Amino acid sequence: MSSYVSPIREPLITGSKTYHQITEDLVSPTEKVPTGSWVIGFIIAISLLAFGLFCIAWTIWHGIGTWNLNRTVGWGWDITNFVWWIGIGHAGTLISAILLLFRQKWRTGVNRAAEAMTIFAVLCAALFPGIHVGRAWVVFYFFPYPNTRGPLWPNFNSPLLWDLFAISTYFTVSLLFWYTGLVPDFATVRDRAKGFRKKIYNFLSFGWTGSAKHWQRWEYLSLILAGIATPLVLSVHTIVSFDFATSVIPGWHTTIFPPYFVAGAIFSGFAMVLTLMLVTRKLLKLEDYITIAHVESMNKVILVTGTIVGVAYLTELFIAWYSGYVYEQFAFFNRALGPYWWSYFGMMFCNVITPQFFWFRKIRRSLFWTFLLSIVVNIGMWFERFVIIATTLARDYLPSSWSYYSPTWVEMGIFIGTIGLFFVMYLIFTRVAPVVAIAEVKSILKSSGDQYSGKAAPGHHHPHIEVDPNFKSYLKKSSFEFAKKTETLDTEEKTSVADTGSSAATLVKAAVDKFQKLEGIGPKIDSVLKAAGIGSFVELSQTSVERLQEILDTSEGNFMGNSPESWPEQARLAAEGKWDELKDLQDRLDGGKY
Amino acid sequence: MAATRLVYGLYNDEEILLEAVKSANKEHIEIYDVYTPFPVHGLDPLLGLAESRLHYAGFIYGMLGTLTAFLGMTWIFTKDWPIIFGGKPYWAVPSFIPITFELTVLFASIGMVVTFYIINGLGPGVVNTYLDDRITDDKFCIAFDSHDVSDSDAEAFFRSTGASEVHEKEL
Repeated sequence: MSSYVSPIREPLITGSKTYHQITEDLVSPTEKVPTGSWVIGFIIAISLLAFGLFCIAWTIWHGIGTWNLNRTVGWGWDITNFVWWIGIGHAGTLISAILLLFRQKWRTGVNRAAEAMTIFAVLCAALFPGIHVGRAWVVFYFFPYPNTRGPLWPNFNSPLLWDLFAISTYFTVSLLFWYTGLVPDFATVRDRAKGFRKKIYNFLSFGWTGSAKHWQRWEYLSLILAGIATPLVLSVHTIVSFDFATSVIPGWHTTIFPPYFVAGAIFSGFAMVLTLMLVTRKLLKLEDYITIAHVESMNKVILVTGTIVGVAYLTELFIAWYSGYVYEQFAFFNRALGPYWWSYFGMMFCNVITPQFFWFRKIRRSLFWTFLLSIVVNIGMWFERFVIIATTLARDYLPSSWSYYSPTWVEMGIFIGTIGLFFVMYLIFTRVAPVVAIAEVKSILKSSGDQYSGKAAPGHHHPHIEVDPNFKSYLKKSSFEFAKKTETLDTEEKTSVADTGSSAATLVKAAVDKFQKLEGIGPKIDSVLKAAGIGSFVELSQTSVERLQEILDTSEGNFMGNSPESWPEQARLAAEGKWDELKDLQDRLDGGKY
Repeated sequence: MAATRLVYGLYNDEEILLEAVKSANKEHIEIYDVYTPFPVHGLDPLLGLAESRLHYAGFIYGMLGTLTAFLGMTWIFTKDWPIIFGGKPYWAVPSFIPITFELTVLFASIGMVVTFYIINGLGPGVVNTYLDDRITDDKFCIAFDSHDVSDSDAEAFFRSTGASEVHEKEL
């Protein structure tokens, strides 16, 4: 609004959008027939998903023996994929919660899609522990509930159970947060929709009206949910890291794990957001809402978290050496130079070296490089989890049980299937919901729209109010010539009302005076005159008696008894606000006749 | 109960709307409600809306979650089925903390969101009377109850404050 905005701050909405254009741009993708590229993408995604489902069915039918896990390497691709997906699921809540608390306005362009991505990624993640237990049909034993086995309870001291609670809570809270943000936008879609579609969106929008009190509570709710989701998002990956850190495996039981995992999660989450958003903005033509400024902000987050992750890797190495503990030293020696050396160097290259390119402004602002590096980071973070999990387990305390692990086609198939699942859900999401938060983007238009801020804005730090010139003059008139408030509004607005076809139940009263106040005019003639384009007392006073007679003669209905001879005179008095004189005149008149 | 008839004006910009609400306050015209496409900052104090108490509710729900988790685990591991895990005491408070925290957040979030929809009268399947389809797009609406404000007063008000359109609708 009228708060100070630095002139060097880049606009976050370009193209000099109006509120209506924002609605148009963001809702229209859900209203059109899917494009060819969408259909192709969907077919590919659903094929991957189908293959994944087949592999899951294969696993459940034949048992976990179809995977290459062995006595030594008990966690392989399954848990690697689980941690990878959970990590990806961290950007959404980070963007919507932590950046809301920090009042980062660029969040509004990407939070909706990032939150959706979070929810889908967490679903993909939750799949892995579910099938990894082997007997997937009794997976509900995880949950504490009064049962006939004692009752026997799960072990509340176990980090694996903490993980269950953390991820279910995270999923639920993310879903609630996301949906609460979607409700007003579904209302926008509803109000443009027709027929059955309108019914669906009315259901989805929960009957949202946009009342001031509702908005007030909505903002409160968003803020408090953001407040409690912030420690939540940090807790989730902390607890995921506890799965490893509370064990007695060298290379796992390190106190650096929680912050290192959280930074890694944000790192990979932003990379996935960028991968998706760069494609989405191109295909849905959202370049005005997800600008280079957004991309650069996210690249800065990637640079920071990537550097934190790099420091964590080096710290681990240093501590392993400094501890003087041979098993720990061996674990790290083995990671870097053992049989899995390629994954360690893949991880180091993708996560530590490549993000450093983002120190260069040119690369941060280049869509090509951003897209490329975001994929590199996604791959790197997958390697990181694989290094931590499989490499560490493969060389344990007993050299006689050392082993090497590589996945079977079933394990690979399930991973490919989750990628399919993720994209199926994301593609459906882009069809049914506005990908960018409409209401939130509108609320920052006055502070971050390019016509109000940045170098293009007139007077730089002085955001001006873009008011229709008719209104400006109208406002002036109303304050200086209050008595003459019977001035008509511009006729353009009247026609615009008619054009947009406001529903039949509403009466158009704009710029319209009640002619029944004049003697000799009833509701019927009132509407006849309005239909003839005479809307106000001023207009009526300027119309000749002959013209009025002509209107009456050419209109349907019997107006034989009515004579318009006094109407312009009466209207003139009414227009000038001389009500007493009008009353005197009407006393002398007989049914509107002199 | 007699049906509520609303006379409402649509404005094209939130800044005109704020000025209009100010002049309604000055002229002591009672506003039925204001509808906007997005939260307009600075509107709540003008309308005299009390601060929402949703956060108190959230705190209570959160405490409920804390107690459920902590007392539940305490009861299970000290009374219902005590088991020694790794030589730790039955009542192993530090390892109860993660789940206690998660349930605090879970209860607070679900409770607040459900409360939010109930007190607003919103929810799946709710059908409200929507004054105008463009209120969720680019129009800002002030509505008067025709019991409180006469039609001519309303009309004069909308005229003098720069409304682009005036309509009426029965609720």
